[in-house]
Parts: sequence; C-alpha cells; structure tokens
Amino acid sequence: MKRVDHAEASSKFIAAKEHIEFHDMRLWDLRLKRDREANALPEWEQLRSLASAVKEHTLSHLADYLEQFESRATANGMRVHWARDGAEHNQIVFDLLSSHGARTLVKSKSMLTDECAMGPFLEQRGVEVIETDLGERIQQLDKEPPSHIVVPAVHKLRGDVAQVFSRTIGTDPKNSDVAYLAESQRRHTRPYYLSAGAGMTGANFAVAETGTFVVCTNEGNADLSANLPKLHIASIGIEKMIPRIEDLGVFVRMLSRSALGSPITQITSHFRGPREGAEMHVILVDNGRSERLGMADFWYSLKCIRCGACMNTCPVYRRSGGLSYGATYSGPIGVIIDPAFDLRKYSSLPFASTLNGSCTNVCPVKINIHEQIYKWRQIINERNMLPMAKKQAMRVAGKVLASPKIYRAALQAANAGIEYLPRFMLYNPLNAWGRQREVPKGRKSSFRDWYLKNRGKK
Amino acid sequence: MKVGLFIPCYVDAFFPEVGVATLELLERLGVEVRYPLDQTCCGQPMANSGCEDDAAGAEKLFVRNFAGFDYTVTPSGSCAHHVREHLTAVPQSAKAKKVRKHTYELVEFIHDVLLVREFPWAKFPHKVGLHIGCATLRGLHAAVPSELGGGGHNKPLALLSKVKGIKFAAPARPDECCGFGGTFSVFEEPVSAKMGYDKVTDHKNAGAEYIVSQDMSCLMHQKGCAERLGLGLKFIHIAQVLNGARA
Amino acid sequence: MSSRDEILARVRGNQPSSRPLPAVPTFDRALPSLVDAFKGNLERMGGAFLEAAAGTDLDALIRKTFPKAKVVCSATPEVAGNRALQSVKAPAELEDVDVGVVRGRFGVAETGSVWLSQAEFKVNVLGFLSQHLVVLLDSREIVPNLHHAYRQRGFFETNYCVLMTGPSATADIEGVLIHGAQGIRSLTVIAVPRPGV
Repeated sequence: MKRVDHAEASSKFIAAKEHIEFHDMRLWDLRLKRDREANALPEWEQLRSLASAVKEHTLSHLADYLEQFESRATANGMRVHWARDGAEHNQIVFDLLSSHGARTLVKSKSMLTDECAMGPFLEQRGVEVIETDLGERIQQLDKEPPSHIVVPAVHKLRGDVAQVFSRTIGTDPKNSDVAYLAESQRRHTRPYYLSAGAGMTGANFAVAETGTFVVCTNEGNADLSANLPKLHIASIGIEKMIPRIEDLGVFVRMLSRSALGSPITQITSHFRGPREGAEMHVILVDNGRSERLGMADFWYSLKCIRCGACMNTCPVYRRSGGLSYGATYSGPIGVIIDPAFDLRKYSSLPFASTLNGSCTNVCPVKINIHEQIYKWRQIINERNMLPMAKKQAMRVAGKVLASPKIYRAALQAANAGIEYLPRFMLYNPLNAWGRQREVPKGRKSSFRDWYLKNRGKK
Repeated sequence: MKVGLFIPCYVDAFFPEVGVATLELLERLGVEVRYPLDQTCCGQPMANSGCEDDAAGAEKLFVRNFAGFDYTVTPSGSCAHHVREHLTAVPQSAKAKKVRKHTYELVEFIHDVLLVREFPWAKFPHKVGLHIGCATLRGLHAAVPSELGGGGHNKPLALLSKVKGIKFAAPARPDECCGFGGTFSVFEEPVSAKMGYDKVTDHKNAGAEYIVSQDMSCLMHQKGCAERLGLGLKFIHIAQVLNGARA
Repeated sequence: MSSRDEILARVRGNQPSSRPLPAVPTFDRALPSLVDAFKGNLERMGGAFLEAAAGTDLDALIRKTFPKAKVVCSATPEVAGNRALQSVKAPAELEDVDVGVVRGRFGVAETGSVWLSQAEFKVNVLGFLSQHLVVLLDSREIVPNLHHAYRQRGFFETNYCVLMTGPSATADIEGVLIHGAQGIRSLTVIAVPRPGV
C-alpha cells in the first residue's frame, strides 16, 4: 500500500485559496461555537470526566457488556450478527440484502461502513447504494470519500456542489443557491426511501442495559431509512457500548455541543426492536478494535464518540483538509487510530501535527490525543519507518548534540552561521525552511562566547 | 539558591542577546546564575521526531551538566516542557529525576519561585502581541487556553503588564498554534508556513508592533514568515523586555 | 470458532484492568420557568411554539397555521385531520401528508426537545415523511434536562422513541443553515393540556 504523503497533499489544498480560507474559517467557527456551549455549562469539565470514566469502565468490561447487549437486543426481536473484519461485515450485509431481495439500499452516515469499504463491495454485486446524508451524498456523487466525519463536504464550496449535482442529478449548473441545492437533493432522494428494499444506519451509542442503539442526526435521513423499508441494518463498532440508559444523559449532552455547538442534534433516535412486520439487524464489528483494546498506550482512542471536535480545533487539519490524510479517519483522531490499521501506509500522519495539544483539551471523553501522537512517533522510529532523510538527520543531530566538543566545532566551522546547525536539523534547509520564510541570520559570536568574555570561566 | 542557566542551541547560535538578557535579568533579581560551558541541547528535536534513541546522548549530557544546581532555568518553554515531561531516553536515576523536576522556564521561575512581579527598570512603550507557545501554554500551564474557557491566570501577562508604557494588541485567535512545531516546520513546510503567515497577519491586523514570547523558536518561525511577507513586525523575547530593552 | 466467540475471546483477553462505573448526577439548576426555557430553546433550534387553552378547536388552529395544507394526518384523537392513520397498511402511503399531528409524551427544557415513541406516532415514519409536524405538549410534562429525560420509563418500554428538537436541518453546504433537510420542514409545538389529566 502506497505511503500517504500528507505534506504533499496539503500543498495542493493550500494552493486553492478560496477553498482553504472557507474551510479554515468554517471549522474554526464550529470550534468557537463549541467553546460557547462548553462555557455555558458550569458542569462541562465534570461531564467530560464522567464521559471519560463511563467509557473507560465499559471498555474494561467490554466483553460482558457486548454479551448483555446481544441478550437484551435479541429478546426485543433484533437479530445480532458479529463481524471480525470489514470483509465479513460486508458479506453479512450482502447476504441480508440478498435474502430479502433488496436491490436498493438507502443509508445514513456511518464512518464504519466507509472503514469497511462497504459501498464498492455492494455496488460490485449489483446493489444500488444511496447515501442519504446531504454531505455524504455530495461526496458519493463526486466519487470522493467524506473529508470530515460530521460535515463530509466541508471542503467544497457551493459552486462545486452545483457542478456535482448538475452532472449527476440534473440540477441547473448555474444555480448555486444553497437552499436550491439542498431542496434538489431532498426531492431526488425521497423516492428512494419509499421504494428501497432495505435501510442502513450506523449508531452513535449502544446501550447494554436495554439492547438499544442510538442514532443522532440533524437531517431526518436515518429515520426515513429505518422506518420505511422492511429491513433495517445497523452497523455498530464494538467500542460504541455504554452500560445504561442514564449514561446517555452525559453523552447526548456532549456530542452535538462538541461537534456543532448545538445542545442536541435535531433528531436523537433510540432503536430497541423492529416494528411489526419488519426486521432489525445489528452487526457488531471488530475490525481491529479488540486488538487496539490491548495496546496500553493507545486503547483510550476507543473512547471516541466521533464528534469531530478535534478536527475543528486542529490548525493542521483546517489547513490541509481531511482528504490529505488518505484514510477514513482524519485529523487528530485519525492520526492516532490509522497507524493501528496500517503502520507503514500511515506512518507520516503522526508527524502531521505540531503537538500543540488543543485536541486533547476539546475531546469530550478526554482522549490524550497529543500524547498518543508522540508515542506513535516513537513506534514508527522503532519499526524503521521514518523517511530516510529524517532518520539520518536525527542520527547525526543526536551524535553532534551528545558531545560538547563536536557541537562547538560544528558551530565554529559554520562561517555563514546557518550552514551546519540547520543541516542536521533540517534536510535540504534552503529548499524547505527557506521556501516561504526568511532564514535566521548567522551571528559572529554565540551566547557562550559572550559568557566566556563577560563572566569569565566561573 | 544556585541556578544553572540552560540556553537552547538555536538561541546560543542565532539569538545570543536572549541568553544575555536572561542571565542579566536573573542577576538583577539577585539570583546566583552559572552557565555550564559543556551544555548542548535538551534532546527535544530528536525526541519529538520519534527518535528518543538519538536524544539519549544529549539528555545524558543535560543531566550531567545540571545535576549540581538547585534549579535549572531556561528562556524556552518548549525545552523546559520537554525536560519535565519527556526526558526519558536516559535512566531515571535520582539525579535525573531531580534535574527534571527542578527545570523551569524563565517566566514560570520568576512568577512561581521568585514570586517577582515588578520590573522597575523596564520600559517598553510599544503595542505588543503576546504569543504563548503551545508547549508553554498547555504543557507548562502558563495561562488558561481559550478552549478551556480562557480567563484565569496568565503568567507572562502578569509580568509584562507592570512594564511601563506597554500596550497589548488583541489578535482574533490568541492561542492558535503558530505552526513551528520543531521539525514540523521543515517536514510539513506548506502547512507550517501557512500557519505562520496566518499568525503574523492576525497580530499585524490587531495593531501589534512587536510580538513577544517566552519561546524564541516560535518567534524565529514567525519572524521568518513576517519578513517574507514584508509586514514590518518586530520580534523580541520576553527576557529582553523584562530586562529593560527599549526596543 | 464462530466470529462471535473469537471476538469475545480477544476482547476478554485484551480488556484493561477494571475501572469503576461512576454514578451520573442530574445536574439540577434552578430554572425560573420550565416552559419559558423550553420555548426559548425550541425556537433557538428552529421550532415554533403556540399556546392553546384546553378545549381549543385544534383542527381549526392547524388549518389556520397551515393554510396551504391538503392532507392532515393525526395520530392523536384530539385532532381529526383528513387522512385516517388506521387504514395505512404501508408506511410509504404517508408520502403525501402535509401536516402530521402527534402528542408528545414529555418535553425537555434544556434543549426544547419533545419525546415521541411508537405509541405516539402509531406509524413511526409520520414524524419524518410529513412535510410539517405538529406536536401537542402538556406544559406540565416538561422535565428540566436530559439527565431527567433519560430517567423516564419510556426508554425501557418502547421499541422506538425519538427526542425531536425543531425541524430537520442541515448546514452541509458552506455552513448555510437549511431547515427542512430531508425530514420535516417545520416543527410546531402547541402547548395544550393533555385531556383528562
């Protein structure tokens, strides 16, 4: 698998001036909205601690909670399936669709289904998959993955959407009025809900106590997908478990405030069993989660409730866009979970970070994101997956800086001042540092020289 | 109280006046300061690049150089943060633990240990954009970040606000990262430069004449950006302002 | 070994050491008026709020509020409407409903949400396929916040329930807020006492 080059992808993103300006401004605005909501609740930090503690408890007893969920859900009339990985998940979905004669599937947003690459799998087997979330639909019609887990088309401007829709659903290419575009997608999608053989959703939370799963949306597409066709399939990552209904009070209060700066999503739905004459199937998916559970430094990442707050605050994400990470999960959370999927392919991602730490502070479940980024960097080095240039530079730097004599000699040898010091810190300094910045001026004498001259050999 | 002065490699090489100001300021405040001559680096550039193995030599040297002092003080928040949080490539002997625990960034040393707030010799009649580097802000808790509600304590501001004539500009995004990030500045140059451009433009639009910080690394990056953009902004380390620099 | 057994075995083997489960408090705060808080938050989320005295002709009120509506379908006996819900065999038949009418079980002051379940919808999709939704709500049945909401028994008794907060919405294109994404275009809460209570 080709290694993702985040820096290369980011330079293309930055070159599109109008797009990057909007992208950065829009997501920073979501970050500010989150701040307003958080500041308005005196109990915000307490809620974060509770959310984190509930998740950590649940993960430490996950097997019991999974069994409890299965037992309650089954008693309510749900069918529970288990998938080791994405391939098994996709096969289960296809088998269910086939056995029900469903050739069209309407689905609401589920990052898990993207992770499993379900769409192409089904389409290759003759199933028409309709993404119903507006942002996901734009991306599907444009043959691009979603770029943000909450606002999938945030990197596009209305003109881009007008182009995509005019190509695919027959809108007027000259009309980029947002209300017109949204209404067009509403009208185009509606017949699919009415005729689809099956509907699919993800789940934000799965409650073990009652066998309930919760789907939080704003558009109404999940409930249309679930309540019209006779077959409802829900894909749920095993880490979505929480113990009790009352725990939802904490998570539902935090999710939309963190994601969009609104107190709750317009629709918060709780599914506990099929309606009469219909079937409800849940697929509990592992796909590397049980393995990550055993990683002492990284299992906290399983607490994630997919709010996207880390992406909104991340200055790197806002200026490079989700697609530059080359993975289903991007931004800070992506940077710490993608290497667990494929270390080599995603070995540049933990370096797409300044370790500024604001992601850790906005995370509603207190994932220590920036600390995990630091730890992944150590692992990537240990497994010899650093780019050769960087490793060599660090090796040389390490040797020079371990010896005062060599270091002094190196500084003195640099008549121009900037020659040697940056060379071991920076590969090809004049190409990288100096591309868009002035280089610091070399100095005739160092601080140490001054000290020796003015304070003597104390 | 014996204080060892640690001067980061890039300050030693490119901004010796910052080291001079730090030393003079501590001496003015009555502190006995020595600069161990055999120091090099705290190990951060290598460790942050994932190469803790390559940081070991510099870290071992750091511990050896500063073991004999009550405190180690440095005009660099990111270096102090690295020493306290990540100087783990060396065995954690009693000596290493003591050095790590007693390593302070300059402002936090003055604010928390010396408990000084007044600098009667200082005068800086300029409009200043205060930049608190991310490791200094979120790692050393120099202030309360905006995503945690802002307000509350602010150590560099507490020291600067008593300086005669000083005025503060209010940028739109006071604590968004400026994009230096160590080797990030080179290996993720496109985003790093864009972040730096945005940062200095924000300060310029807020009317800042100078950008002041506890971290010369951030300032070095921002200075490089501002000069390329021709913004006319000036950059100065907080040690220089508190030590009485007029410009 | 089945996938289930394999997954459970691997989870069991990898689980970190036990962490305690905390108790979740209700974070009560003194609210001058639950109804006022509910109304303010509902409107903030794009919903509308009307008040009606007990005995009001709700059919007339709804006709007045939605003058262009042709099909009104009610799941509550308090409103007659002109489309009988009982005769609906397939949910897709509700495709042409202009105004759906339901009575909410309770409201939530913190968010302006109303709680509706299968029992209130009769046909679940009524709350999503209708172009507009009217929710009757007894203002005495408003709980302060979501912690209180999640202690209601309804969650343990129904196969499907929803906290609806204003109309469906999206801001997926350039952050421009649109009400009436794919579900209801508007949500109007009519505060009117529950009959017989």
